[in-house]
Amino acid sequence: MKISSSTERKIIYSVLFIAVALPLLFPIGWKTDVSGYTRMAYDLIEESPDESVVLISFDYDPSTMTEIQPMAEAQIEHAFKRNQRVIATALWPMGVQMAEQAFSSVIKNYPDKQYGIDYVNLGYKVGGMVTIQAMGRNLSEVYPADQGGTPYAELPMLKGINRLKDLAWISSLSSGTPGLKEWVMVAGDSYGVPVTGGCTAISAPGFFPYVNEQRQLYGLLGGLKAASEYEGLIDRIGPATMKMDAQSIAHLLILIFIAIGNVKAYVSRRRVAQ
Amino acid sequence: MKRSFPLVFAFIVGFLVLLAEFIPHRPFNDLISTLENWFMIISGFAILLGQISLIRVNSQIIAHKEENWQYHLAGMISFALMLIFGLLWGMREAPGLLGSGESFVNQMGMKPFDYLFTYAYMPLSATVFSLLAFFIASAAYRAFIIRGFESNLLMITAVIVIIGRTSIGSMLTGWLPESLRFWHIPNLADFIMEYPNTAAQRAIMISAGLGIVGSSLRIILGIERSYLGGDK
Repeated sequence: MKISSSTERKIIYSVLFIAVALPLLFPIGWKTDVSGYTRMAYDLIEESPDESVVLISFDYDPSTMTEIQPMAEAQIEHAFKRNQRVIATALWPMGVQMAEQAFSSVIKNYPDKQYGIDYVNLGYKVGGMVTIQAMGRNLSEVYPADQGGTPYAELPMLKGINRLKDLAWISSLSSGTPGLKEWVMVAGDSYGVPVTGGCTAISAPGFFPYVNEQRQLYGLLGGLKAASEYEGLIDRIGPATMKMDAQSIAHLLILIFIAIGNVKAYVSRRRVAQ
Repeated sequence: MKRSFPLVFAFIVGFLVLLAEFIPHRPFNDLISTLENWFMIISGFAILLGQISLIRVNSQIIAHKEENWQYHLAGMISFALMLIFGLLWGMREAPGLLGSGESFVNQMGMKPFDYLFTYAYMPLSATVFSLLAFFIASAAYRAFIIRGFESNLLMITAVIVIIGRTSIGSMLTGWLPESLRFWHIPNLADFIMEYPNTAAQRAIMISAGLGIVGSSLRIILGIERSYLGGDK
């Protein structure tokens, strides 16, 4: 029986849809190993002093939030657990809303954390790498006020925080340019602030060279798997842990499709040879 | 004058920025700070320019009823709605021209802009990105065919990385003793990412870096003039 290319595609799409939907509806709860990259990112936050001020840059938009938003929530929660105070910035316009959502989600478990004292959202700034350079010299010049219009000097947690060098660590959660690479090149390499970050699984291979002996990048969270590993490290059953089953099944299914495709190609080649 | 002034300006500014990297003292650091502010202001105007261009291109397509003009109309309506709601009632804490839209907040739980962003833009955006999974599955079925040595190598590597990036990979070889941990699939996937991948990525990055230095010098020295929107 010959199946047309269009029918094949429909079968693949339908099977994949069911395979992804079922584990989301009925979670399996498979565990994952923690990779060295995730552990390194975790250690940076874990070993930074309590009460220190840190910065998370939301350099992504809703298209990649499935992979990156769980990382943001996990890192904020980890920082809160360590009593670290979090500054949120964004090099992408939509990053502001992503930061708002991440804080609203985490704050449910930390009702004692107060805006302006424990966390602050400074908002979006255009300019990419040049903006980071300017932040390295003077933060309040780049961000004269927070997202709600409160002047920089009136935000209690920002007292004594004048430039990037005053931060304990920076994390850029990035799905493109400007993003993690710019933070590594300016904040890490030029100003010597420890930088870690997260990105989509597809762009992770491009960032691995920065995780080196010079510590240009302190670990990397690449994709949903790394996000679920991070959730595991901070004992959080979050969105990444719940979605990881669906991703595992989808990967397995793609391998089965590849095997079927090869068998089909082999049979077709033999038929031609005969 | 029209062409030579920007060229001289680009040369002076480019040279000063370069010099300031090596002399981080007065007056260079003040100068760099001013130039950074200029850059951020100009970048802000680029957003405005992008919006004007978006309106112009889409309006022409809609006016001439070109192919698929309905989609462009939908895009323009969405753009206008977000712009109007954002301007009139603001977003999150920031108020708009007509205040903070308390009546909307009482009815919908949030401002109109935030409502559309949360319940329309976010799910639509995530859905479009998620569709990639279907295309990847279909493409993998067609493209990952064993034909020779190179395709074999690609296939084996891909299979290891795909399994290594799932919970199944951990389970499949989780029983291996400590002395054989290297062969644990997630460790193999990490090895591929850490050594062959990093080596190739570094080569690409160094080449790209050299290319950027070269093209920057061409711009500073006025050899590369395409940014002026001109001819040669």
